[in-house]
Amino acid sequence: MLSDLSGWAIAAVAALGVLSVAAGVAVFVVDSMARATFALLASFLAVAGILLALDLVYLAVVTALMMTIEMAIMAVFMIMFMMNPAGLMPMTMVHNAKGSAVTGAGAFVVLVVGIWTIDWPTRDASRPADSTRQLGEAIMGSHMLVMLVIGIGLFTTILAGTVLATSRGRYDRFGADLTAKRPDDPVPGGLPR
Amino acid sequence: MTAELVLQIVLTVAAGLVGVGLFGALSQQTIVMVMMGLELVLNGVLLAGGAAWYFLAPELPDTQVLVVVALVVMAVEMAMGFAVTVAFYRARQLDMIDMASDLRG
Repeated sequence: MLSDLSGWAIAAVAALGVLSVAAGVAVFVVDSMARATFALLASFLAVAGILLALDLVYLAVVTALMMTIEMAIMAVFMIMFMMNPAGLMPMTMVHNAKGSAVTGAGAFVVLVVGIWTIDWPTRDASRPADSTRQLGEAIMGSHMLVMLVIGIGLFTTILAGTVLATSRGRYDRFGADLTAKRPDDPVPGGLPR
Repeated sequence: MTAELVLQIVLTVAAGLVGVGLFGALSQQTIVMVMMGLELVLNGVLLAGGAAWYFLAPELPDTQVLVVVALVVMAVEMAMGFAVTVAFYRARQLDMIDMASDLRG
């Protein structure tokens, strides 16, 4: 069956696909951590462009907006923690490069062999008029359990992030052997263990 | 161009992203670069999910929901990765996973 994508859309998908993989490779090639972050952002934006060409408008916009903010935060962390944020000197910080390359290439080859040998089913069903509406009705209806689990997962992330961010752990509150009767808190009234 | 061929090309691009991301996640020493590798793998999942929806089952919302889940996994991975990085750095002034190999277990 012929694709119902226009010639321009197919050309855009191909160009953005090449760009996304090239930017993904650039992440691990460039010397500067800040440049690596923005190469990753370019890869995400290319994928968002492909999703846009595939009629997934909402998911494309969410991907583009979320990843732009995420990479901006990541750039700050990169510059805070990394020893070569500006890339002023060439450096590579890798271990087991050969084994990793073999594993990555092996995964790629296995996937590509599967992709090009599977007899993909042809589609007869009709396309929804609005893919965003289809997704919205699914997560508020038949797929609400997914949304509930996502909500609990994100809430757990907030709690875990707060716990990891506090500088005072249980050893600070109850002593090295955890035997103190009362927690040594700056403000009294903290929960017991 | 047939729909199947376009699907295969898009999925090949997704496989390329997964392969590059896997290489990065396994080879990089700094914690943030490992996270970037994992993000690239999930980027491939996003692309493959979108292509599967468009070419294989547009009448069903399932693959769209899968893409939403992948986006949430990315956000959670990022938040927890940075929280662990900050906690590591605060406790030991380290930013490389090789320096924390005693936590293997």
